[in-house]
Amino acid sequence: MAQFICRDVSLGYDGEVIAEHISFEINAGDYLCIVGENGSGKSTLVRAMLKLHEPMSGEITTGDGVSRTDVGYLPQQTEVQRDFPASVREIVLSGFTGHLGARPFYSREQKAAAVRAMEQLGIAHLARRCYRELSCGQQQRVLLARALCAAKKILLLDEPAAGLDPKVTGEMYSLIENFNREDGTTIIMVSHDIAAAVRYATHILHIGHKRNFFGTKEEYIKSEDGRAFIQLSGEDEIRT
Amino acid sequence: MSVSLIFEKLALYFEYPFIRNALIVGVLISLCSSLLGVTLVLKRFSFIGDGLSHVAFGALAVATVLGISNDMIVIIPVTILCAVLLLKSSSKAKIKGDASLAMLSVSAMAVGYLILNVFSTSSNISGDICTTLFGSTSILTLSRSDVWISIVMSAAVIIIFLLFYNKIFAVTFDEAFSAAVGIRAGVYNMLIAIVTAVIIVLAMNLVGSLLISALVIFPSLSAMRVYKSFRAVVICSAVLSVLCSAIGIIISILASTPVGSTIVIANIVTFSIFSAVGALVGHRRGA
Repeated sequence: MAQFICRDVSLGYDGEVIAEHISFEINAGDYLCIVGENGSGKSTLVRAMLKLHEPMSGEITTGDGVSRTDVGYLPQQTEVQRDFPASVREIVLSGFTGHLGARPFYSREQKAAAVRAMEQLGIAHLARRCYRELSCGQQQRVLLARALCAAKKILLLDEPAAGLDPKVTGEMYSLIENFNREDGTTIIMVSHDIAAAVRYATHILHIGHKRNFFGTKEEYIKSEDGRAFIQLSGEDEIRT
Repeated sequence: MSVSLIFEKLALYFEYPFIRNALIVGVLISLCSSLLGVTLVLKRFSFIGDGLSHVAFGALAVATVLGISNDMIVIIPVTILCAVLLLKSSSKAKIKGDASLAMLSVSAMAVGYLILNVFSTSSNISGDICTTLFGSTSILTLSRSDVWISIVMSAAVIIIFLLFYNKIFAVTFDEAFSAAVGIRAGVYNMLIAIVTAVIIVLAMNLVGSLLISALVIFPSLSAMRVYKSFRAVVICSAVLSVLCSAIGIIISILASTPVGSTIVIANIVTFSIFSAVGALVGHRRGA
């Protein structure tokens, strides 16, 4: 059974449609990349899947026993965070807020799990450092560690490589690939980077102005939309 | 004046219950305002405190004219209501959040001043207004019930803050993430707004409605110059705020200066010191 099912979803703001007729299914262990031009509604779709945004029509359902606490989210960075005084440890721990319920404080197990998440992402030595003093790559790792604390079943990543240099971007992608391959975490990633999308993903959702594409990576590369979009982004970079 | 003379004078003053009350209430209010201040500054809500203080002034004017003896009973609910409305309106704004706030606060000021001028039975209207705006003496003329209301409300604020500390942190740092993991960010924003309203009303006694913002923003801004984790910033700003208020109250008693401005100036001096320290530490680390 699918973890996420989108049926004929239309998205928009204030009555204005920005994307429509989006349909797809995601199963456990899939690696889905959502691609498309700027403003095509990629981030909005992710927000709709998290119930942060109401679709204008259609429905998004979860299955396979997926609940809110199974989904970890890595949002795009906000203005507020750039000068926010918080230690790495505090931010990673805050991934557990969704699991707190009525309890006011984190449990010992949660604190230990936060340490493990930091170790997994190679940021354990930064635990006491201030978030705003870290490099972009380190900041993204912190937010990824927080997403891991929130959930291990599904990770929804909104442009995890935004603002990173090529080397750090590569490291970020291989970290994400590891979660997918070794822990069986379902990955849903919004990306500008079509080369990385066809390299790592198992499935592609292309949101276009005229029509959408959803299918496996192999189908996408052969499809008309895929070929056009890949060519636009520079064919030479593509390795599958 | 020699040091021993000062202490003698202080000891004498502390015999008076109204001085002790002023210190207790001053310390509690500044503790509460600094706790919330960190969140307000980080959420870019500092201006809400300012706007609400003007609303509280308007409500106070109405309460005074109506001759309600315990004015807090009127002011607190009105200010809370405005806080809730402001937050609601800024989330789905026809008029932008800051503009509607500015509108509300100047309207409250204008209406409040007009009402006081036209209907007040007091012989010293401008004195009364000066007191509410700058809190010149009201901290020293607290009634017994004022003191108790302040104590109970401060205790409630502190308990709420401690219980929801982790969730407040999460919502402040990243509202989208918190909402995604099932924290009702709207509810916490509302909680923050309500608690802010309560603190503003309480703090009006201490520094007057025009100077409240200073009490809310200065301690956290000072703490942020030096400390790098949320918890350290919260603790440091609480300590700074309490110290500045206590020192301000004592200086104002000794030197007969207005309480509110003295406290704010203590905060300004602290901010300068912490900025210098922060710059120095940052510079050394950079080198």
